Amino acid sequence: MRAVITVIGKDMVGILAKVSAICADKGANVIEVTQSIMQDMFAMIMMIDISGCTVPFSTLADEFEALGETLGLKIHVMHEDVFNSMHRI
Amino acid sequence: MINTHDILETIHMIDNENLDVRTITMGISLLDCIDSNIEKACVKVYDKICGYAEHLVQTGEDISREYGIPIVNKRIAVTPIAMLAGANPAASPVHFAKTLDRAARTVGVNFIGGYSALVHKGFGPGDYALIESIPEALSETELVCSSVNIGSTKAGINMDAVKKMGHIVKQTALRTADRDCIGAAKLVVFCNAPEDNPFMAGAFHGAGEPDCVINVGVSGPGVVRAAIAKASPDDDITAIADIIKKTAFKITRMGQLVAQEASRRLCVPFGIVDLSLAPTPAIGDSVADILEGMGLEQCGAHGTTAALALLNDAVKKGGVMASSHVGGLSGAFIPVSEDQGMIAAAKSGALSITKLEAMTAVCSVGLDMIVVPGDITPEIISGIIADEAAIGMVNSKTTAVRLIPAIGKSVGEELNFGGLLGSGPVMEINAKSPAVFVNRGGRIPAPLQSLKN
Repeated sequence: MRAVITVIGKDMVGILAKVSAICADKGANVIEVTQSIMQDMFAMIMMIDISGCTVPFSTLADEFEALGETLGLKIHVMHEDVFNSMHRI
Repeated sequence: MINTHDILETIHMIDNENLDVRTITMGISLLDCIDSNIEKACVKVYDKICGYAEHLVQTGEDISREYGIPIVNKRIAVTPIAMLAGANPAASPVHFAKTLDRAARTVGVNFIGGYSALVHKGFGPGDYALIESIPEALSETELVCSSVNIGSTKAGINMDAVKKMGHIVKQTALRTADRDCIGAAKLVVFCNAPEDNPFMAGAFHGAGEPDCVINVGVSGPGVVRAAIAKASPDDDITAIADIIKKTAFKITRMGQLVAQEASRRLCVPFGIVDLSLAPTPAIGDSVADILEGMGLEQCGAHGTTAALALLNDAVKKGGVMASSHVGGLSGAFIPVSEDQGMIAAAKSGALSITKLEAMTAVCSVGLDMIVVPGDITPEIISGIIADEAAIGMVNSKTTAVRLIPAIGKSVGEELNFGGLLGSGPVMEINAKSPAVFVNRGGRIPAPLQSLKN
Protein backbone atom coordinates (compact mmCIF):
# COMPACT_ATOMS: atom_id res chain seq x y z
CA MET A 1 0.00 0.00 0.00
CA ARG A 2 1.32 3.40 -0.92
CA ALA A 3 0.51 6.83 0.41
CA VAL A 4 1.25 10.38 -0.64
CA ILE A 5 2.57 12.94 1.82
CA THR A 6 2.19 16.58 0.84
CA VAL A 7 3.82 19.41 2.71
CA ILE A 8 2.83 22.96 1.89
CA GLY A 9 3.94 26.12 3.63
CA LYS A 10 6.73 28.58 4.25
CA ASP A 11 10.18 27.27 3.41
CA MET A 12 12.58 26.64 6.30
CA VAL A 13 15.62 24.55 7.16
CA GLY A 14 15.11 20.85 7.81
CA ILE A 15 11.58 20.12 6.53
CA LEU A 16 12.64 17.16 4.39
CA ALA A 17 14.81 15.80 7.23
CA LYS A 18 12.02 15.97 9.78
CA VAL A 19 9.44 14.36 7.51
CA SER A 20 11.79 11.56 6.46
CA ALA A 21 12.79 10.98 10.08
CA ILE A 22 9.18 10.11 10.94
CA CYS A 23 8.98 7.81 7.88
CA ALA A 24 12.15 6.00 8.93
CA ASP A 25 11.04 5.74 12.54
CA LYS A 26 7.71 4.16 11.57
CA GLY A 27 9.05 1.83 8.88
CA ALA A 28 7.61 3.70 5.88
CA ASN A 29 9.86 3.49 2.84
CA VAL A 30 10.30 6.69 0.81
CA ILE A 31 9.92 5.85 -2.89
CA GLU A 32 10.00 9.23 -4.53
CA VAL A 33 10.26 12.88 -3.59
CA THR A 34 9.58 16.00 -5.61
CA GLN A 35 9.74 19.48 -4.24
CA SER A 36 9.43 22.94 -5.57
CA ILE A 37 9.84 26.37 -4.08
CA MET A 38 7.82 29.16 -5.61
CA GLN A 39 8.89 32.51 -4.12
CA ASP A 40 9.17 31.43 -0.49
CA MET A 41 6.34 28.85 -0.58
CA PHE A 42 7.51 25.30 -0.18
CA ALA A 43 5.61 22.37 -1.73
CA MET A 44 6.93 18.85 -1.28
CA ILE A 45 5.29 15.65 -2.43
CA MET A 46 6.60 12.35 -1.15
CA MET A 47 5.41 8.91 -2.21
CA ILE A 48 5.89 6.33 0.54
CA ASP A 49 5.35 2.59 0.78
CA ILE A 50 3.55 1.83 4.03
CA SER A 51 3.22 -1.94 3.72
CA GLY A 52 6.03 -2.34 6.29
CA CYS A 53 4.77 0.46 8.51
CA THR A 54 4.95 -0.40 12.22
CA VAL A 55 1.98 1.73 13.27
CA PRO A 56 -1.61 2.03 12.00
CA PHE A 57 -2.24 4.57 9.26
CA SER A 58 -4.16 6.88 11.57
CA THR A 59 -1.20 7.07 14.00
CA LEU A 60 1.11 7.95 11.13
CA ALA A 61 -1.32 10.65 9.98
CA ASP A 62 -1.52 12.01 13.55
CA GLU A 63 2.30 12.21 13.78
CA PHE A 64 2.53 14.20 10.56
CA GLU A 65 -0.33 16.45 11.57
CA ALA A 66 1.43 17.21 14.85
CA LEU A 67 4.69 17.92 13.01
CA GLY A 68 2.83 20.23 10.62
CA GLU A 69 1.36 22.14 13.54
CA THR A 70 4.76 22.57 15.22
CA LEU A 71 6.36 23.84 12.03
CA GLY A 72 3.39 25.92 10.88
CA LEU A 73 3.02 23.85 7.70
CA LYS A 74 0.14 21.90 6.21
CA ILE A 75 0.99 18.22 6.03
CA HIS A 76 -1.47 15.76 4.50
CA VAL A 77 -1.03 11.99 4.28
CA MET A 78 -3.47 10.34 1.91
CA HIS A 79 -3.87 6.94 0.33
CA GLU A 80 -2.65 7.05 -3.29
CA ASP A 81 -5.99 5.65 -4.54
CA VAL A 82 -7.61 9.05 -3.92
CA PHE A 83 -5.43 10.64 -6.59
CA ASN A 84 -5.59 7.69 -8.94
CA SER A 85 -9.37 7.62 -8.91
CA MET A 86 -9.83 11.37 -9.17
CA HIS A 87 -7.37 12.01 -11.96
CA ARG A 88 -7.15 8.78 -13.96
CA ILE A 89 -9.86 7.09 -15.97
CA MET B 1 4.31 8.91 -10.03
CA ILE B 2 1.05 10.79 -9.94
CA ASN B 3 1.22 14.25 -11.45
CA THR B 4 2.20 16.96 -8.94
CA HIS B 5 -0.44 19.31 -10.27
CA ASP B 6 -3.17 16.71 -9.73
CA ILE B 7 -2.07 16.06 -6.16
CA LEU B 8 -1.98 19.75 -5.28
CA GLU B 9 -5.34 20.28 -6.96
CA THR B 10 -6.96 17.62 -4.75
CA ILE B 11 -5.37 19.04 -1.60
CA HIS B 12 -6.52 22.54 -2.57
CA MET B 13 -10.09 21.30 -3.14
CA ILE B 14 -10.21 19.78 0.33
CA ASP B 15 -8.43 22.59 2.19
CA ASN B 16 -9.95 25.62 0.51
CA GLU B 17 -13.01 24.64 -1.47
CA ASN B 18 -14.96 22.51 1.03
CA LEU B 19 -14.67 19.28 -0.97
CA ASP B 20 -16.19 16.49 1.07
CA VAL B 21 -18.28 13.37 0.95
CA ARG B 22 -21.54 14.60 2.43
CA THR B 23 -22.88 11.32 3.68
CA ILE B 24 -22.46 7.58 3.88
CA THR B 25 -25.98 6.28 4.36
CA MET B 26 -26.68 2.68 5.27
CA GLY B 27 -30.06 1.48 4.04
CA ILE B 28 -31.58 -1.22 6.25
CA SER B 29 -34.72 -3.18 5.47
CA LEU B 30 -37.03 -3.60 8.45
CA LEU B 31 -39.55 -5.81 6.64
CA ASP B 32 -38.51 -8.79 8.78
CA CYS B 33 -39.26 -6.78 11.94
CA ILE B 34 -42.99 -6.55 11.29
CA ASP B 35 -44.99 -7.77 14.26
CA SER B 36 -48.57 -7.19 15.36
CA ASN B 37 -47.19 -6.63 18.86
CA ILE B 38 -45.59 -3.20 18.63
CA GLU B 39 -43.31 -3.78 21.64
CA LYS B 40 -41.87 -6.88 19.98
CA ALA B 41 -41.54 -5.05 16.65
CA CYS B 42 -39.62 -2.21 18.33
CA VAL B 43 -37.19 -4.66 19.96
CA LYS B 44 -36.55 -6.28 16.56
CA VAL B 45 -36.06 -2.87 14.91
CA TYR B 46 -33.59 -1.72 17.57
CA ASP B 47 -31.61 -4.96 17.46
CA LYS B 48 -31.44 -5.08 13.68
CA ILE B 49 -30.30 -1.45 13.28
CA CYS B 50 -27.72 -1.71 16.06
CA GLY B 51 -26.43 -5.01 14.68
CA TYR B 52 -26.08 -3.88 11.08
CA ALA B 53 -24.82 -0.36 11.74
CA GLU B 54 -22.58 -1.15 14.70
CA HIS B 55 -19.39 -0.31 12.79
CA LEU B 56 -20.81 2.27 10.36
CA VAL B 57 -19.54 5.40 12.11
CA GLN B 58 -16.11 3.96 12.95
CA THR B 59 -15.67 2.70 9.38
CA GLY B 60 -16.61 6.12 7.99
CA GLU B 61 -14.09 7.78 10.27
CA ASP B 62 -11.36 5.28 9.36
CA ILE B 63 -11.89 5.84 5.63
CA SER B 64 -11.94 9.59 6.15
CA ARG B 65 -8.62 9.42 8.02
CA GLU B 66 -6.91 7.09 5.57
CA TYR B 67 -7.96 8.79 2.40
CA GLY B 68 -7.78 12.30 3.83
CA ILE B 69 -11.30 13.07 2.67
CA PRO B 70 -13.78 14.64 5.11
CA ILE B 71 -16.89 12.45 5.42
CA VAL B 72 -19.36 14.81 7.07
CA ASN B 73 -22.30 12.55 7.97
CA LYS B 74 -22.99 8.91 8.67
CA ARG B 75 -26.67 8.13 8.47
CA ILE B 76 -29.22 5.35 8.33
CA ALA B 77 -32.29 4.98 6.13
CA VAL B 78 -34.92 2.35 6.97
CA THR B 79 -38.00 0.82 5.41
CA PRO B 80 -40.94 3.27 5.54
CA ILE B 81 -42.24 2.80 9.08
CA ALA B 82 -45.87 2.91 7.86
CA MET B 83 -45.25 -0.61 6.49
CA LEU B 84 -44.45 -1.79 10.01
CA ALA B 85 -47.19 0.28 11.62
CA GLY B 86 -49.73 -1.39 9.34
CA ALA B 87 -49.44 -4.62 11.35
CA ASN B 88 -51.05 -2.88 14.30
CA PRO B 89 -52.79 0.32 13.18
CA ALA B 90 -54.30 0.86 16.63
CA ALA B 91 -50.91 1.31 18.34
CA SER B 92 -49.17 4.70 18.19
CA PRO B 93 -46.33 4.65 15.63
CA VAL B 94 -44.46 7.15 17.85
CA HIS B 95 -43.04 4.06 19.62
CA PHE B 96 -41.18 3.33 16.39
CA ALA B 97 -39.89 6.92 16.17
CA LYS B 98 -38.51 6.71 19.69
CA THR B 99 -36.94 3.33 18.93
CA LEU B 100 -35.27 4.73 15.80
CA ASP B 101 -33.99 7.71 17.78
CA ARG B 102 -32.55 5.43 20.46
CA ALA B 103 -30.90 3.14 17.88
CA ALA B 104 -29.41 6.14 16.06
CA ARG B 105 -27.90 7.39 19.32
CA THR B 106 -26.51 3.95 20.17
CA VAL B 107 -24.66 3.60 16.84
CA GLY B 108 -23.71 7.30 16.76
CA VAL B 109 -25.18 8.39 13.42
CA ASN B 110 -26.21 11.98 12.67
CA PHE B 111 -29.71 11.23 11.40
CA ILE B 112 -32.02 8.30 10.75
CA GLY B 113 -34.58 8.57 7.94
CA GLY B 114 -37.61 6.46 7.14
CA TYR B 115 -40.39 7.65 9.42
CA SER B 116 -42.24 7.65 6.16
CA ALA B 117 -45.38 6.70 4.29
CA LEU B 118 -45.92 6.22 0.56
CA VAL B 119 -49.47 7.32 -0.18
CA HIS B 120 -49.31 8.55 -3.78
CA LYS B 121 -52.35 6.52 -4.73
CA GLY B 122 -54.08 6.14 -1.39
CA PHE B 123 -53.70 5.29 2.26
CA GLY B 124 -52.83 1.70 3.21
CA PRO B 125 -53.04 0.25 6.72
CA GLY B 126 -50.67 2.17 8.98
CA ASP B 127 -50.23 5.11 6.60
CA TYR B 128 -52.84 7.37 8.11
CA ALA B 129 -51.76 6.65 11.69
CA LEU B 130 -48.15 7.33 10.81
CA ILE B 131 -48.91 10.64 9.09
CA GLU B 132 -51.09 11.74 12.02
CA SER B 133 -48.24 10.95 14.42
CA ILE B 134 -45.54 12.94 12.55
CA PRO B 135 -45.84 16.17 14.61
CA GLU B 136 -45.55 14.25 17.88
CA ALA B 137 -42.78 11.97 16.57
CA LEU B 138 -40.62 14.84 15.28
CA SER B 139 -41.11 16.93 18.40
CA GLU B 140 -40.20 14.09 20.76
CA THR B 141 -37.15 12.82 18.89
CA GLU B 142 -34.03 14.57 17.64
CA LEU B 143 -32.44 12.38 15.01
CA VAL B 144 -35.50 10.98 13.24
CA CYS B 145 -36.42 12.35 9.80
CA SER B 146 -39.76 11.91 8.13
CA SER B 147 -41.04 11.95 4.56
CA VAL B 148 -44.34 11.35 2.82
CA ASN B 149 -44.73 10.62 -0.88
CA ILE B 150 -48.01 12.11 -2.06
CA GLY B 151 -47.73 11.82 -5.82
CA SER B 152 -46.02 10.16 -8.76
CA THR B 153 -45.97 10.39 -12.54
CA LYS B 154 -47.59 6.95 -12.79
CA ALA B 155 -50.23 7.44 -10.07
CA GLY B 156 -51.08 11.14 -10.12
CA ILE B 157 -51.39 13.25 -6.98
CA ASN B 158 -53.29 12.14 -3.89
CA MET B 159 -55.03 15.40 -2.95
CA ASP B 160 -56.40 13.91 0.29
CA ALA B 161 -52.78 13.43 1.36
CA VAL B 162 -51.85 16.91 0.12
CA LYS B 163 -54.65 18.39 2.22
CA LYS B 164 -53.56 16.37 5.25
CA MET B 165 -49.89 17.33 4.89
CA GLY B 166 -50.71 21.06 4.99
CA HIS B 167 -52.00 20.53 8.54
CA ILE B 168 -49.16 18.17 9.49
CA VAL B 169 -46.42 20.62 8.41
CA LYS B 170 -48.08 23.42 10.38
CA GLN B 171 -48.61 21.27 13.48
CA THR B 172 -45.03 20.01 13.37
CA ALA B 173 -43.77 23.60 13.36
CA LEU B 174 -46.17 24.53 16.19
CA ARG B 175 -45.02 21.64 18.38
CA THR B 176 -41.38 22.69 17.99
CA ALA B 177 -41.97 26.46 18.06
CA ASP B 178 -39.66 26.79 21.08
CA ARG B 179 -36.79 25.28 19.06
CA ASP B 180 -37.02 27.49 15.95
CA CYS B 181 -39.68 25.14 14.51
CA ILE B 182 -36.94 22.57 13.82
CA GLY B 183 -39.46 19.72 13.48
CA ALA B 184 -40.63 21.01 10.09
CA ALA B 185 -37.01 21.01 8.86
CA LYS B 186 -37.01 17.23 9.32
CA LEU B 187 -40.15 16.63 7.26
CA VAL B 188 -40.28 16.40 3.46
CA VAL B 189 -43.31 15.96 1.22
CA PHE B 190 -42.33 14.22 -2.02
CA CYS B 191 -43.61 13.54 -5.50
CA ASN B 192 -41.73 10.67 -7.22
CA ALA B 193 -39.61 9.94 -4.11
CA PRO B 194 -36.51 7.86 -4.93
CA GLU B 195 -36.03 4.63 -2.95
CA ASP B 196 -32.26 4.97 -2.60
CA ASN B 197 -31.75 8.61 -1.65
CA PRO B 198 -28.94 9.00 0.92
CA PHE B 199 -29.76 12.63 1.75
CA MET B 200 -31.91 13.80 4.65
CA ALA B 201 -34.59 14.52 5.47
CA GLY B 202 -36.01 12.44 2.62
CA ALA B 203 -33.96 9.23 2.93
CA PHE B 204 -35.82 5.94 3.29
CA HIS B 205 -35.05 2.38 2.27
CA GLY B 206 -37.44 1.40 -0.50
CA ALA B 207 -39.25 -1.91 -0.67
CA GLY B 208 -37.29 -2.90 -3.81
CA GLU B 209 -33.93 -2.49 -2.09
CA PRO B 210 -31.77 -5.34 -0.73
CA ASP B 211 -31.67 -6.19 2.98
CA CYS B 212 -28.81 -3.77 3.59
CA VAL B 213 -27.01 -1.38 1.26
CA ILE B 214 -24.48 1.45 1.29
CA ASN B 215 -25.34 4.65 -0.58
CA VAL B 216 -23.03 7.65 -0.73
CA GLY B 217 -23.89 11.28 -1.35
CA VAL B 218 -21.12 13.50 -2.69
CA SER B 219 -21.06 17.25 -2.50
CA GLY B 220 -18.76 20.02 -3.67
CA PRO B 221 -20.47 23.27 -4.78
CA GLY B 222 -17.34 25.10 -3.56
CA VAL B 223 -15.15 23.13 -5.97
CA VAL B 224 -17.44 23.85 -8.94
CA ARG B 225 -17.62 27.53 -8.00
CA ALA B 226 -13.81 27.76 -7.79
CA ALA B 227 -13.43 26.01 -11.17
CA ILE B 228 -15.85 28.42 -12.82
CA ALA B 229 -14.09 31.38 -11.20
CA LYS B 230 -10.94 30.38 -13.08
CA ALA B 231 -12.75 30.54 -16.44
CA SER B 232 -11.99 33.49 -18.68
CA PRO B 233 -14.77 36.08 -19.11
CA ASP B 234 -14.49 35.35 -22.84
CA ASP B 235 -15.38 31.65 -22.43
CA ASP B 236 -18.77 30.86 -23.90
CA ILE B 237 -21.44 28.90 -22.02
CA THR B 238 -20.41 25.59 -23.65
CA ALA B 239 -16.97 26.02 -22.09
CA ILE B 240 -18.64 26.60 -18.70
CA ALA B 241 -20.67 23.39 -19.09
CA ASP B 242 -17.45 21.50 -19.86
CA ILE B 243 -15.71 22.87 -16.78
CA ILE B 244 -18.64 21.75 -14.61
CA LYS B 245 -18.65 18.27 -16.18
CA LYS B 246 -14.93 17.76 -15.57
CA THR B 247 -15.20 18.97 -11.99
CA ALA B 248 -18.27 16.82 -11.28
CA PHE B 249 -16.37 13.82 -12.65
CA LYS B 250 -13.53 14.31 -10.15
CA ILE B 251 -15.87 14.89 -7.21
CA THR B 252 -17.89 11.79 -8.07
CA ARG B 253 -14.83 9.58 -8.48
CA MET B 254 -13.97 10.38 -4.90
CA GLY B 255 -17.50 9.46 -3.82
CA GLN B 256 -17.29 6.20 -5.75
CA LEU B 257 -13.99 5.34 -4.06
CA VAL B 258 -15.45 6.00 -0.60
CA ALA B 259 -18.60 4.03 -1.44
CA GLN B 260 -16.65 0.99 -2.64
CA GLU B 261 -14.32 1.08 0.32
CA ALA B 262 -17.18 1.43 2.83
CA SER B 263 -19.05 -1.38 1.12
CA ARG B 264 -15.99 -3.65 1.25
CA ARG B 265 -15.14 -2.93 4.87
CA LEU B 266 -18.71 -3.29 6.13
CA CYS B 267 -19.42 -6.34 3.92
CA VAL B 268 -22.57 -4.63 2.65
CA PRO B 269 -23.44 -4.27 -1.06
CA PHE B 270 -22.74 -0.92 -2.68
CA GLY B 271 -25.96 0.68 -3.88
CA ILE B 272 -25.49 4.04 -5.56
CA VAL B 273 -23.57 7.28 -5.56
CA ASP B 274 -25.86 10.29 -5.44
CA LEU B 275 -24.34 13.03 -7.59
CA SER B 276 -25.75 15.97 -5.72
CA LEU B 277 -24.30 19.40 -5.29
CA ALA B 278 -25.36 19.91 -1.68
CA PRO B 279 -24.50 23.36 -0.34
CA THR B 280 -23.64 24.19 3.27
CA PRO B 281 -23.92 27.50 5.07
CA ALA B 282 -20.08 27.77 4.87
CA ILE B 283 -18.85 30.73 2.83
CA GLY B 284 -18.16 29.65 -0.75
CA ASP B 285 -19.92 26.27 -0.48
CA SER B 286 -22.95 27.61 -2.28
CA VAL B 287 -24.98 26.69 -5.36
CA ALA B 288 -26.12 30.32 -5.62
CA ASP B 289 -22.45 31.35 -5.88
CA ILE B 290 -22.03 28.98 -8.85
CA LEU B 291 -24.97 30.58 -10.66
CA GLU B 292 -23.57 34.02 -9.88
CA GLY B 293 -20.15 32.83 -11.07
CA MET B 294 -21.71 32.09 -14.45
CA GLY B 295 -22.53 35.78 -14.73
CA LEU B 296 -25.73 36.60 -12.86
CA GLU B 297 -25.65 39.68 -10.64
CA GLN B 298 -27.49 37.77 -7.92
CA CYS B 299 -29.23 34.41 -7.71
CA GLY B 300 -32.90 34.94 -8.57
CA ALA B 301 -32.20 37.33 -11.46
CA HIS B 302 -33.78 36.48 -14.81
CA GLY B 303 -31.52 33.83 -16.33
CA THR B 304 -31.25 31.89 -13.04
CA THR B 305 -33.46 29.02 -14.23
CA ALA B 306 -31.39 28.60 -17.41
CA ALA B 307 -28.12 28.70 -15.49
CA LEU B 308 -29.44 26.13 -13.01
CA ALA B 309 -30.65 23.85 -15.83
CA LEU B 310 -27.17 23.90 -17.33
CA LEU B 311 -25.53 23.25 -13.95
CA ASN B 312 -27.87 20.37 -13.11
CA ASP B 313 -27.38 18.67 -16.46
CA ALA B 314 -23.60 19.10 -16.53
CA VAL B 315 -23.25 17.69 -12.99
CA LYS B 316 -25.11 14.55 -14.09
CA LYS B 317 -23.16 14.15 -17.32
CA GLY B 318 -19.82 14.47 -15.51
CA GLY B 319 -20.86 12.28 -12.63
CA VAL B 320 -22.50 9.43 -14.51
CA MET B 321 -19.26 8.33 -16.11
CA ALA B 322 -17.40 8.51 -12.81
CA SER B 323 -19.58 6.01 -10.99
CA SER B 324 -20.76 2.50 -11.75
CA HIS B 325 -24.20 3.08 -10.20
CA VAL B 326 -25.83 6.46 -9.93
CA GLY B 327 -29.12 7.08 -8.17
CA GLY B 328 -30.88 8.97 -5.43
CA LEU B 329 -31.67 12.60 -6.14
CA SER B 330 -28.56 13.39 -8.23
CA GLY B 331 -28.56 17.06 -9.18
CA ALA B 332 -28.14 20.51 -7.70
CA PHE B 333 -29.91 21.20 -4.41
CA ILE B 334 -31.34 24.64 -3.73
CA PRO B 335 -32.13 24.62 0.01
CA VAL B 336 -32.45 28.28 0.89
CA SER B 337 -31.41 28.20 4.56
CA GLU B 338 -28.43 25.93 3.88
CA ASP B 339 -26.83 28.11 1.21
CA GLN B 340 -25.40 31.51 2.17
CA GLY B 341 -25.77 32.81 -1.41
CA MET B 342 -29.46 31.87 -1.42
CA ILE B 343 -29.95 33.41 2.04
CA ALA B 344 -28.40 36.67 0.80
CA ALA B 345 -30.56 36.63 -2.34
CA ALA B 346 -33.72 35.97 -0.32
CA LYS B 347 -32.85 38.77 2.11
CA SER B 348 -32.19 41.28 -0.65
CA GLY B 349 -35.48 40.41 -2.34
CA ALA B 350 -33.77 39.07 -5.50
CA LEU B 351 -35.05 35.56 -4.82
CA SER B 352 -38.76 34.91 -4.32
CA ILE B 353 -40.73 31.71 -3.75
CA THR B 354 -42.20 32.00 -7.26
CA LYS B 355 -38.70 32.08 -8.77
CA LEU B 356 -37.65 29.16 -6.58
CA GLU B 357 -40.66 27.22 -7.83
CA ALA B 358 -39.59 27.79 -11.43
CA MET B 359 -36.05 26.71 -10.54
CA THR B 360 -37.33 23.43 -9.11
CA ALA B 361 -38.57 22.43 -12.58
CA VAL B 362 -34.95 22.07 -13.71
CA CYS B 363 -33.04 21.14 -10.56
CA SER B 364 -32.66 18.11 -8.39
CA VAL B 365 -35.35 18.45 -5.75
CA GLY B 366 -37.77 21.18 -4.87
CA LEU B 367 -38.80 23.94 -2.51
CA ASP B 368 -36.30 23.10 0.16
CA MET B 369 -35.68 24.68 3.56
CA ILE B 370 -37.84 27.71 2.93
CA VAL B 371 -39.00 29.67 5.95
CA VAL B 372 -42.54 31.03 5.59
CA PRO B 373 -44.61 33.31 7.86
CA GLY B 374 -45.95 31.62 11.00
CA ASP B 375 -49.53 32.61 10.27
CA ILE B 376 -49.57 30.65 6.97
CA THR B 377 -52.74 28.56 6.71
CA PRO B 378 -52.58 24.77 6.26
CA GLU B 379 -54.50 25.25 2.98
CA ILE B 380 -51.79 27.52 1.55
CA ILE B 381 -49.13 24.98 2.56
CA SER B 382 -51.20 22.32 0.77
CA GLY B 383 -51.46 24.60 -2.27
CA ILE B 384 -47.66 24.98 -2.36
CA ILE B 385 -47.27 21.18 -2.01
CA ALA B 386 -49.78 20.56 -4.84
CA ASP B 387 -48.00 23.01 -7.19
CA GLU B 388 -44.63 21.47 -6.52
CA ALA B 389 -45.93 17.90 -6.87
CA ALA B 390 -47.52 18.86 -10.20
CA ILE B 391 -44.13 20.01 -11.51
CA GLY B 392 -42.61 16.67 -10.50
CA MET B 393 -45.51 14.59 -11.80
CA VAL B 394 -45.65 16.22 -15.23
CA ASN B 395 -41.87 16.34 -15.73
CA SER B 396 -41.24 12.78 -14.46
CA LYS B 397 -38.83 14.01 -11.82
CA THR B 398 -38.56 14.09 -8.07
CA THR B 399 -39.87 17.22 -6.42
CA ALA B 400 -40.23 17.91 -2.73
CA VAL B 401 -41.43 20.52 -0.30
CA ARG B 402 -39.73 21.27 2.98
CA LEU B 403 -41.32 24.44 4.36
CA ILE B 404 -40.75 25.75 7.86
CA PRO B 405 -43.61 27.91 9.15
CA ALA B 406 -41.87 30.35 11.53
CA ILE B 407 -44.38 30.37 14.36
CA GLY B 408 -44.83 33.86 15.79
CA LYS B 409 -42.68 35.45 13.11
CA SER B 410 -43.39 37.37 9.93
CA VAL B 411 -41.60 38.51 6.76
CA GLY B 412 -38.19 40.06 7.49
CA GLU B 413 -37.56 38.03 10.65
CA GLU B 414 -35.35 34.96 10.74
CA LEU B 415 -35.10 31.38 12.00
CA ASN B 416 -31.77 29.93 13.07
CA PHE B 417 -31.34 26.15 13.05
CA GLY B 418 -27.56 25.99 13.38
CA GLY B 419 -25.20 23.46 11.84
CA LEU B 420 -25.78 22.23 8.30
CA LEU B 421 -29.43 23.34 8.40
CA GLY B 422 -28.32 26.99 8.59
CA SER B 423 -30.65 29.94 9.00
CA GLY B 424 -33.26 31.55 6.81
CA PRO B 425 -35.25 34.73 6.46
CA VAL B 426 -39.04 34.45 6.50
CA MET B 427 -40.08 34.72 2.83
CA GLU B 428 -43.18 36.35 1.49
CA ILE B 429 -45.96 34.12 0.21
CA ASN B 430 -49.06 34.74 -1.86
CA ALA B 431 -51.81 34.95 0.78
CA LYS B 432 -54.77 34.32 -1.57
CA SER B 433 -56.60 31.21 -0.42
CA PRO B 434 -56.59 27.91 -2.37
CA ALA B 435 -58.85 26.41 0.35
CA VAL B 436 -61.78 25.32 -1.84
CA PHE B 437 -59.45 23.66 -4.37
CA VAL B 438 -57.41 21.91 -1.66
CA ASN B 439 -60.44 20.78 0.36
CA ARG B 440 -61.99 18.99 -2.61
CA GLY B 441 -59.68 16.05 -1.95
CA GLY B 442 -59.62 13.13 -4.39
CA ARG B 443 -56.83 12.42 -6.86
CA ILE B 444 -55.32 14.40 -9.70
CA PRO B 445 -55.21 11.82 -12.53
CA ALA B 446 -51.80 10.68 -13.78
CA PRO B 447 -50.63 12.76 -16.73
CA LEU B 448 -50.48 11.67 -20.34
CA GLN B 449 -47.07 10.36 -21.32
CA SER B 450 -47.30 11.34 -24.96
CA LEU B 451 -48.28 14.50 -26.90
CA LYS B 452 -45.50 16.28 -24.98
CA ASN B 453 -45.75 20.01 -25.43
